[in-house]
Amino acid sequence: MLSVKNLQCKLPDGTVILKGLNLEVKAGEIHAIMGPNGAGKSTLSRVLSGHPDFTVIEGSVEYEGKNLLELDVAARANSGIFMGFQYPTEIPGVNNLEFLRMALDAQRKFKGLEKITDDEFKTALDHWTRVLEMDTRYRERGVNEGFSGGEKKRNEILQMAMLQPKLAILDETDSGVDIDALRIISQGINALMDSSKAVILVTHYQRLLDIVKPNFVHVLRAGKIVLSGGPELALELEARGYDWIP
Amino acid sequence: MSNETPSTKTKPAEVGSFESNNSESINSEYKYGFVTQIENDAFEKGLSEDVIRRASAMRNEPQFLLDFRLKAYKTLLTMEQPDWAYLKLAPVDLQNIVYYSAPKMKKQHENIEDVDQELLDTFEKLGIPLQEQKRLANVAIDAVFDSVSIYTSHKKKLLEQGIMFCSFGEAVQEYPELVEQYLGSVVPAGDNYFAALNSAVFSDGSFVYIPPGIKCPMDLSTYFRINNKESGQFERTMIIADVDAKVSYLEGCTAPEFSTNQLHSAIVELVALDGASIKYSTVQNWYAGDRKTGLGGVYNFVTKRGKCAGKNSHISWTQVETGSAITWKYPSCILQGEGSVGEFYSVALTNGHMQADTGTKMVHIGKNTRSTIISKGISADQSSNAYRGLVDIRPGAEGARNFTQCDSMLIGSNCSANTFPYITVANPTAKTEHEATTSRISEEQLFYFQSRGIAREEAVAAVVGGFCKDVFRELPGEFAAEARQLLALKLENSVG
Repeated sequence: MLSVKNLQCKLPDGTVILKGLNLEVKAGEIHAIMGPNGAGKSTLSRVLSGHPDFTVIEGSVEYEGKNLLELDVAARANSGIFMGFQYPTEIPGVNNLEFLRMALDAQRKFKGLEKITDDEFKTALDHWTRVLEMDTRYRERGVNEGFSGGEKKRNEILQMAMLQPKLAILDETDSGVDIDALRIISQGINALMDSSKAVILVTHYQRLLDIVKPNFVHVLRAGKIVLSGGPELALELEARGYDWIP
Repeated sequence: MSNETPSTKTKPAEVGSFESNNSESINSEYKYGFVTQIENDAFEKGLSEDVIRRASAMRNEPQFLLDFRLKAYKTLLTMEQPDWAYLKLAPVDLQNIVYYSAPKMKKQHENIEDVDQELLDTFEKLGIPLQEQKRLANVAIDAVFDSVSIYTSHKKKLLEQGIMFCSFGEAVQEYPELVEQYLGSVVPAGDNYFAALNSAVFSDGSFVYIPPGIKCPMDLSTYFRINNKESGQFERTMIIADVDAKVSYLEGCTAPEFSTNQLHSAIVELVALDGASIKYSTVQNWYAGDRKTGLGGVYNFVTKRGKCAGKNSHISWTQVETGSAITWKYPSCILQGEGSVGEFYSVALTNGHMQADTGTKMVHIGKNTRSTIISKGISADQSSNAYRGLVDIRPGAEGARNFTQCDSMLIGSNCSANTFPYITVANPTAKTEHEATTSRISEEQLFYFQSRGIAREEAVAAVVGGFCKDVFRELPGEFAAEARQLLALKLENSVG
């Protein structure tokens, strides 16, 4: 589904962040990306979603046989890539539901489908707000407006669930949330997953991986993946840190 | 695009870009910039007593009106162009303007078949179909071309209920008593420099009278079109709502693109008697000048004022100001009648080199009068946008209330927003509240939308629409959606 080869990229000030990253993700797989602070974990998710702060200087990214780097931000999203933000932005004045509908309709338009009907929207929304135990006040408020850290992350998962992406890239979705919110978020991710989909989890902590079981764990350090393994690697990292990796 | 920075230019497309590749949108920025080729009857440039007398004679005006004009002209000669607004402009040369210009034709047309095809095509092109079969069923339109009313729809039907809706010139001929009674009663001829100028030379505009107890069954609207390059635009509009009458009125404005500035100096007077209600909405989209150089564009210097003369009367101004090189206007309410209510809802958008100094005055005279002011200013590019408002509570205004909210939104870092609220309270029982905020559309917000598949332009429209929704919901019917689209179109190239 996703094939990243020798990816190198830099910031506007010239700082090179990714220095030849390789990653293969197939349908049905969950990949966890771990690593020390400043390794380039968040950069990877931002580059894949098309954030304009980063310039690709080398390498390629293929998504479902297409050159992902040629697509603009919205086209990537509409092609089925979802980016879960570490720090979701507040957009006062734009209602959460209005925003969700805009996103769903943009995706449908991209696929040549009609706009979502009120019934379809309501059914899906009711289902997922129940699964994610969202407060009903959510419906009246602006996008992430005045949300706590945990509410913002749950809102990311709600958007993901409504949009049903093929590939979800979740950037530290587990940071800054309490244990209940973590459980709810993890259930949301598990509910999304099936054999046609894939998830990349960028995380610092084992606790998320206890509930969302990864197929692969990668260590990202200094802009490269330096070690890959199965779920047992995460446990080892939890116990020993990153310094032992050559 | 004038606002493109070197860093966005060097950004390769591979990483995804904020720039939309929609080159068409750049050209469609001001789609009303065309000129209609039509023969004119026009005077030579310049202002004098003789010009005023000749123009008045051409229009066959009664003596009271000529006297009104000459008195205003004498007052004008003693005044100087004001300079207190937060605006940069050269003094307007009154001798370089044409004061009488009219499309060559008989008079106001009784039948749509008589209207010059060029004019019909012009309004059709502007999205204002005048032909009976295409017309909006629930809106009556007065079409004003270079300050001359060319056609008023639904006139006969409205008159069956006693509602007078016609051009101002026609009202002068048909209802001179009403005109004489109310002309200058809200905006005196000597009120300010541009009001004196308008009072001396005004050409045409709309006239509305709603008889006692009548609720006007449809929205009334005037569509103003500037075409002539050198003639000034001096419209006069008067709306009178008699006891317990009710009316909703809309105006729209566009002009061609010229590299010189055109002066538009109108007066609008509203009078609401006991229990009457007037809702006046404006969507202003005059040509704003060249976006990069700032050359050309309309000087929109307008005096709009309403008098809540009667008990429990109600006047509400809603304006969406998106055009003009310079906008200088303060639609105001004089709250004279006990328990009367004044409202001002405004969205003012400036981009390119536009300047706006706009706001309102709420003058509380009667007991238990109430006013609400909601102002939303959006500035982009190199523009400057100021809110200026006065809440004046007079000694007799027992229990008066005002609520004011002024919000500014900045797009980019070269624009400016200013707020000048003046509050004077001369009655200790009065209460006033003032709130103000400033915000910015951030790149992170737009990225968030885009990362959910929503196009950048739609994202801007949604954020700006959210910012303005308290004002848009005051606009009648389909105009809210239209205003939202207009703002989105104007801002398309400002965020990037």
